[in-house]
Amino acid sequence: MTASVEFRGLRREFGKTVALDGLDLHIAPGEFIALLGPSGCGKTTALRCVAGFERPDSGAVLVDGKDITNVPANKRDAGMVFQSYSLFPNLNARDNVAFGLRVRKVPVAARRKKADELLELVGLPTHADRYPHQLSGGQQQRVALARALALEPRVLLLDEPLSALDAKVRVALREEIRRLQLDLGITTIFVTHDQEEALSVADRVAVLRAGRLEQIGSPAEVYDRPATPFVAEFVGTMNHLAGHVSGDQVTVLGQLLPVDGPVPADPSVDVLIRPEAVRIAPAADGAGEVVAASFRGASVRLRLAVAGGEVLADVPGHEAAGLGPGTRVAVSLVERPVLVAARTVTVPAPVVTTDAV
Amino acid sequence: MAALTGLERVSAPAPAARTRPRVWRGVVFLLSAVYFLIPLGASLWYTIYTPGSGVSLAAYGELLTAEGFLQSLALSLGLAVATIVMVLLLALPAMLAVRLFAPRLRVVMEVLCTLPLVVPPITFVAGIGTSLRTGTEVLAPTPFWGTIIAVQNPAFPVVLVLAYVVLVLPFVYRSLDSGLRTMDVRTLVEAARNLGASWPYLLFRVIVPNLRSALASASFLTLALVLGEYTVASLLGYQPFAVWIVTVSGSKGQLSVAVSILSLVLIWLLLLAVSTVFGRQRFGKEKGK
Repeated sequence: MTASVEFRGLRREFGKTVALDGLDLHIAPGEFIALLGPSGCGKTTALRCVAGFERPDSGAVLVDGKDITNVPANKRDAGMVFQSYSLFPNLNARDNVAFGLRVRKVPVAARRKKADELLELVGLPTHADRYPHQLSGGQQQRVALARALALEPRVLLLDEPLSALDAKVRVALREEIRRLQLDLGITTIFVTHDQEEALSVADRVAVLRAGRLEQIGSPAEVYDRPATPFVAEFVGTMNHLAGHVSGDQVTVLGQLLPVDGPVPADPSVDVLIRPEAVRIAPAADGAGEVVAASFRGASVRLRLAVAGGEVLADVPGHEAAGLGPGTRVAVSLVERPVLVAARTVTVPAPVVTTDAV
Repeated sequence: MAALTGLERVSAPAPAARTRPRVWRGVVFLLSAVYFLIPLGASLWYTIYTPGSGVSLAAYGELLTAEGFLQSLALSLGLAVATIVMVLLLALPAMLAVRLFAPRLRVVMEVLCTLPLVVPPITFVAGIGTSLRTGTEVLAPTPFWGTIIAVQNPAFPVVLVLAYVVLVLPFVYRSLDSGLRTMDVRTLVEAARNLGASWPYLLFRVIVPNLRSALASASFLTLALVLGEYTVASLLGYQPFAVWIVTVSGSKGQLSVAVSILSLVLIWLLLLAVSTVFGRQRFGKEKGK
């Protein structure tokens, strides 16, 4: 029931915009891949090439090593879940799920049984007789998922299936999708622009930019060791701090940290630091000052003014109580290898001194 | 546009309506009732009352036996059915194709489909007449001569169907357009394709069932227009229902008015039947809510 998928030099242009610019990607059988990127990066186009709704100008899509680029959409073996409004409004949930079986002329009793099983699988055993307009957004997407699985496709395609849902439903459903995917072992391509979504469910995350693959790796790899500054910027938040490289170490905010990855020729660099890697402690003579704090539930994101610029820092909510705007704090960085990039910060490397007022 | 046919569900009146607006509503209702019912009542009275001989339903009895009544009505209904089939077969696939594959052509299509509204039927029929005459001459030496004669066959003038297709295009376009707007056509088509449906399958199993009320309203606008169309048919020399009524009114005034009333009632009943059928369907769907 599962298959490998390969994009080989996929290229697609829409007028002057290049949606896919030679995309190469190999997805192993049973793997859950998230295609992540900003809108217009080509991720949806890539998915639609697998589904057959889009034909690449050049390159090929291979499923299990077989070129399917010229196979019409209705003869492909890939179930798709769309962003929204994809259920047939005139059919109830059961008939929606059974639609593909009906197309294949499966007998009524068999397709009814299968549809009920699938509705059970997606947690809607009692909703079979409801019409789409009687279902909530999350329920509709569950039905759509059941419908996509009804033909037991070898590949499951998810085109931002959660983006139209409430935050809470979104999280619950993405976990359920993952659970189902692991149970069925079906190769899954999940398109999203939400990095948290991608990181939390995928085996591997492929970050796309302007139709090209920027990086592919496990969620931890993409987050902790972004291959390019673009990935660093897009996946999570990054502080750009001015630093000075000496050998394989870099001086930033008065601290000497090991450098991870290649070092630019120019010793003046940007040091990329995650907000959660910034440690702060209230200190009357601290080098930084809290400018603003935004509450995010479990954590609080602080904007700090330090000599030479601003730094974002995430601190646990309970620690942030005493850190209102105007509080002076001492800023330090977690000791771990950091990524550096060519200098874009215009201010000179800050010299953090203890006597700064 | 669709509201013309009474097939679309009108949203329920706001519960906030107080007594004063209700009085006004009554007044408006009464005025419009008077406006519509007085001429109708007068017509009805005219058909059943003859000074000197009193009230009788003779005019209605005479109908069935009147020469040309059944033929002209059958012709009109036949033309209407042919027009409905043809205009839907033309317009629906074209509108879908434009939506799916050439969204930029939508404006062009809209203008083209609306054009018949601004061309007066008299101009239109003059054009058709000239074309038919010239066409017959030009095509005389070719095998197409037979075709152009056949389309003018008085037993079933295909040329009228062609003309009516053009005349009803604006109404059909509007109805279908509003129906297509209520659904995400592209996503539904792609979902169906993804599930293995061929193009004809998805047209008849996905698009048509979701367009039912739009298709019905388009059909009934067409039916009403074709049953009442006079100019084109008359000037091209055919005798469908409307032309027959006018012809007969010269000699039998009562009879022609009786026919008009009857056809009005007939169309009302048809519309009522259709709107209740569709109304019930919607209701059935909403019951589970």
